[in-house]
This record gives sequence, C-alpha cells and structure tokens, in this order.
Amino acid sequence: MNLDFTPEDLAFREDVRAFLKASLPDDLRAKMINRDHLGKADIVRWQRILNARGWAVPAWPVDDGGQPWSPTQRYIFQEEMALAHAPEGSPFNVNMIGPILCKFGTDAQKAKFLAATANIDIWWCQGFSEPGAGSDLAALKTSAVRDGDDYVLNGQKIWTTQAQHADWMFALVRTDASGRKQQGITFLLLDMKTPGITIRPIPSIDGISDLNEVFFDDVRVPVGNRIGEEGRGWDYAKHLLGHERSGIARIGLSKERLAQLRHLEGELGGSGRIDERERARLRRKLAEVEVELRALELTQLRVVAADAQGGGANSAASILKVKGTELQQRMTELVAELAGPAGIATPSHDATDHGDHGWEAAATPYYFTMRKVSIFGGSNEIQKNIIAKTILRL
Amino acid sequence: MDFELTDDQRMLSETISRFVTDRYSFEERLTAMREPDGFSRAVWAELAGLGVLGLPFAEADGGFGGSGVDMMIIMEALGRGLLVEPFLATVILAGGALRLAASPAQKSARIASIIAGERIMALAHHEPDGPRHTVERLNCRAEPTATGWRLNGRKTAVIAGAAADELVVSARSERGVSLFLVDPALPGVSIRSHAGYDGIATAEIAFEDVGLDAQALIGEEGSGATVLTALFEEANAALCAEATGIMADTLDMTAEYLRTRNQFGVAIGTFQVLQHRAVDMLMQVELSRSMAMLAAISLARPAEERRCNIAAAKAKIGEAGRMVGQQAVQLHGAIGLTMEYKVGHAFKRLTAIDALFGNADHQLDMLADAGPLVPIG
Repeated sequence: MNLDFTPEDLAFREDVRAFLKASLPDDLRAKMINRDHLGKADIVRWQRILNARGWAVPAWPVDDGGQPWSPTQRYIFQEEMALAHAPEGSPFNVNMIGPILCKFGTDAQKAKFLAATANIDIWWCQGFSEPGAGSDLAALKTSAVRDGDDYVLNGQKIWTTQAQHADWMFALVRTDASGRKQQGITFLLLDMKTPGITIRPIPSIDGISDLNEVFFDDVRVPVGNRIGEEGRGWDYAKHLLGHERSGIARIGLSKERLAQLRHLEGELGGSGRIDERERARLRRKLAEVEVELRALELTQLRVVAADAQGGGANSAASILKVKGTELQQRMTELVAELAGPAGIATPSHDATDHGDHGWEAAATPYYFTMRKVSIFGGSNEIQKNIIAKTILRL
Repeated sequence: MDFELTDDQRMLSETISRFVTDRYSFEERLTAMREPDGFSRAVWAELAGLGVLGLPFAEADGGFGGSGVDMMIIMEALGRGLLVEPFLATVILAGGALRLAASPAQKSARIASIIAGERIMALAHHEPDGPRHTVERLNCRAEPTATGWRLNGRKTAVIAGAAADELVVSARSERGVSLFLVDPALPGVSIRSHAGYDGIATAEIAFEDVGLDAQALIGEEGSGATVLTALFEEANAALCAEATGIMADTLDMTAEYLRTRNQFGVAIGTFQVLQHRAVDMLMQVELSRSMAMLAAISLARPAEERRCNIAAAKAKIGEAGRMVGQQAVQLHGAIGLTMEYKVGHAFKRLTAIDALFGNADHQLDMLADAGPLVPIG
C-alpha cells in the first residue's frame, strides 16, 4: 500500500503540465480563476487546442480518437487541467454522446459525428428532462411516431442546458407507451435546425440564460439518426452511469478552489479587509474543507486504483458524486462569504461585458450556479436511493 | 498508487479476522469486562499465540518489524470485535515508548515478555489537573536524588493501569518532559481502578515521593515530549483503524436491523428518510476507511507530512465516529440505548476514541495553524 505515482505517471504529469503551461490562453486562465461565465467561443477554442494535441476526448476508445491512458493517467490529466485553471470540455460532447456513439453508434453515425464531436464542430445538447420527468426520467412523454423513414416528434423538453448554442440534440423519446415505462424509450439524434423546433430560454438565479425549454411540433427525424434499436434507449442512457469513474468527484476542481481560497485569505488578511478574528475563523474553515477534500481524494484514488486492477470498490465509487458535489458547493459558499457586500453587484453576461471586474463580482453568481451540481445527472437524493438499494440492500 | 494488501498482509488480515469472528462474540466482550483485570487473560494469551503482540517490534527484539499498514489491519479487526484487551496500552503505547527510546538493556528485559503475553504495561500520561491534549504541560514532577529520581503527581485515564506489571510515566524534570519506568508495587504508588465508559479498564494513579533508581529513565532526560509526540501519532493512526472497524461493524448491524425490524407492517428500511440516514453513515465509513489508510501509510513519511496527515485522519474519524455512533443508536431506537446490545457499546468506544490523543477540534486547530497539507503523489 502506497500513495506514490509511478515514474511513468510522474513523467506523464510533467508532459501534461508543460502542455498546459504552453497552450492555455492567458485570457481563458484569468476568466477561470475569477470564475467568470465562459461563453461558447471560449469553450470551443480550448477544446480545439486540446483536440489538436489529441487530448480532447482521452477516455474514448483509442480507435475512436481516445488515448491509451490508464485510469491513473486519466485522473492525473483531469487534476492537472483543473489545477492549471483550464476549462473542462463540453460534457455533452465529451462525456455523454461521444461514449454513446463509440459504444452503440453505427459506422455511418461514427463517421458522421465522432470527429466533429471531439472538435466541437457539432455542439450537442441533451434532451432528457421533461416537465413531468425529472428524477423520474422514465416517465418522459415526448412522442416519436414512425412515419415512413422518419420519426415524427411532438412534445417538450426542459432544463436543456445551452440548447441555444446547440447544433444537434441527443434525446430520449417515447416510441411505445404500452409496456413498462422504461421500455418503449428510444434514443434519437436530431438536427436543431429541423423545422418545428422552438427554443425558449429560462433565466436562472446566477444571471445566466443557459437553461431552456425546447418544444417539438411535428419534427421529422430520419430513422437513420436512431441509436441502436427502437425501444432500448433506456439501456443506452444507463450506460453513461458509472462509465468513467476517474473524475466523478472532481477533486482537482476543489483543490484549485481551496488554493484560491488560501490565496484570498492571505491577500485579504494582508490588506486588512478581513481582521485577525475573521482570518483565524477562515483558516479553521479551510482546515475543515481540506480534511474533507483529502478524505474524498483518497476515496477517489481507491476507485482509480481499483479500476486499474480491473474494477471493484463500488461502495467507494458511489459516494464520490454526492460528496464531491457537496464539497464543490462548500468551496463556492466560502468564496461568496469572502466577497461580502462587494459580491452583490454582479456582472452582466451580455456581449459588452469584458470581464474587467474583480473576483468578488463573479463569486456569488458562481455560488448560485453550483447549486446545480447536486441536482443534475441524477440528484444526490436519487444517488442515495441507488446506494441504499444496491449496497445496503434496503 | 496502490491500495492492495500484500499476500502476507492478506494472510494477517484473514487470521485476525477469523480470530475475532470465532473467538470474540459480543457475549465474550461482556464476560471479559467482568474479569478482575477488566479484560480476558485467556484472549490475551491467544493473541500472543497468533504473534499479534509482536507485530510492531523490531525483529532484533523478537518482533516482526510490522508496518503501519500491518497495524491498521490488526486494529480494524480488533475494532470490529470491540476488544477490551490492552493492545493499545501495552503494545502500542508503553511498548512504543520502549521501541522508540529505551536502551538495549531496558528493551531486552521487557519486549520478549510483552510479545509472549506475559507482561502487561501501561502508559500513564494524562493528568486530572492538566490540559487535555498536551505532551508538555505536565504537573507530574521528577526530581533528581542521589540514587535516581523522586516522582510526585497524579495521572488519570491510564488504560490497563491497574493490571499493568509496569508503568511508563511521563513527568517534568529539569530538562523538560521525561519518561520513566515505574514498578506499581513501589512505596508511594496508589492505584484506583475503574472501568471507563467504553468498557475498557482504566486507572487513577497517584505518585507520592516515589523513589526510582537511575535506570528508570527511558532515553535522554528531556526527550519525553518528542517520544510522546511520535507515540501519539502512532496511536492515532491505530485508533483511526480501530474506529473504522467499529463503524463498519456498526453500519452492518444497523443495515441488518433496518432490513428486519417491522413497524407499520413493513421493514423500517423501506422508509426513505431512514435509507438516506444509513447511506450518510455508509459514506462516513468509506471516507474514514480512506483516512485510516492515509494515516497508516503516512507513518512512514517525513515528519511534517506524517504529523498533518494523521491529524487530518483523526479529525475526520472523530467527527465521522460521532455521526455514525449517534445515528446507529437513533436508527435502532431504544434497544440502541441498552447495555445488552452491541451498538451502544460501539457508540461509547467511538466517543472515547475521539477524546484520546487530541479530539477532532484539537486536530483541526492544529491544521489551521499548519497551513496546506502536503500534496499526495
């Protein structure tokens, strides 16, 4: 039992560090340190820099553009990205539809979509949630009726993140309402320029309008854009659960935030903006989050090591999402607390905002934004239901 | 990065786990608590027979030169069984003082008999009238005499203090804190024994003009604080593993209870509010296990890294142990409050573990002063 990376892993880490140092644009780094909202252009630019290096989609199979990295190396890569203040790629492209296409796509679908997905020539959005199907996703009702070589879609999706940017959507739709609700769900890819699609933005509490409603009114989707078999969409979507476990807890992100908090503690303490008593209290809070972070980091490393050995340690993996999100949220709370009244005047996100404000202005919007991480991708309560059933047999 | 046990460690784990399962039922614990010493001499002899008592001692002293991870394996198993036998007192604390600081003559007179299970030793350090978590600010005094030392002062919560054949006592002398070997039969030593709330026998000990010969001093005069610091780090790493074993066992019992206890015509484990509470417990157990591993591995790391990682582990496990213990009692209901049921005993032992050698608050204060932890990897 030891906590040392192998010489190969350390050399790999040096490669990653050198690349990030040389390749991450300064303006992006500055935005990330401040936690300013990243626009589509920011994310696309960085993804293409990564893609040029071959590192945009490392977890995909090597034949589909991935890297032959070990779980440990994938963990190191994610951690170094976060510590260098590099943005994460589009999760919909990199972590969701990409792996689905690799696993279940036809050769024609792979040829059409994979390279474009890795390079974000296609920006994907996810059409899963509906007004009546949130945590109970299988209750979804958007109907797809076969008509010749097309499906005809009618219904509505909601909470569709960045649908306003999207070129394509991957969606779960209902092709059969007669059996169990998990059956009769089909996985479709649809071009967002298809007639009959209406997008309506939903302003959210962080001052951003990345959430949307998407309405379908007789939208025709060619049968060739179906993933796998009709009626098996639920199985394909489930494949995403636990697909990639080396980064679930997002340890690097929380480490980077903790380093930022320590930096602020020194800076604000030094300039007298927080007094000695506040400073001591803050240091104590930072010690508390660091203990939690270290416990989670070790737990994540146990899962990574188990995966490198060929799997196992599921009971440890199951806690990573819940505890990881709680910790990310705690970090944002602490930054927002530090911002104080200066954090109340938040920036706008229109085109005229060039981000030339202090960290305080972005602190509270980011705090509000990060409430989402314990809600999306299966809320933490749903995660606990799963753990109760599968591990505790309750 | 490797969290696997070696073949030898797997064998060690199987051996001690089988012993605890087969030999140390909860009823055995209750019986042991009623023995005159507050623990079972028979169980102690069997642990010696398994070679467990020699694990941390150097091979040159007759031991096995075991690592922190080896000790973690033993302590987690002892935790699952909630053993009351004086492994911490004799092997880790007093034995550790010998291991870290004693002369060859002092070692050879004692370690072999500890390993054989024939000698119980205890560390007398905590004081009734001193700071709770300190290695230095002691009221116990040792003054030089023509032939050695004269010891005065009081000690409290001395684990296995009444059963001990010999004590290791911390006291202030002119050059700082020093450790002394004290025969409890000497004139001026008075011992009052009672069971701690965790079921483990402890003692209040008073020293009144106790005359010690010059060979009683362990190591250099004034070296005691350094030895105690290292000792308490080892003890805390061991307690983290013990607590992990207790928590894992407690979670198992709680989940089983939720599956089998019926109210309102259904198993109470079907209620979501109880399910989520049990999941919260499970998460604390897994995080604690991670930290017990960190503490065990960190024993072999450089001083500052070792100190802070073990403090972080003890802080985490102090809080996790409180949460798991309280919720195990809560989910069991009234039966969790009784002396006839293991869960209440586990809760009390977890409470004691937090209190020993710096509780969670103390560790967090220390970490707040120390700054960032050394990065892993």
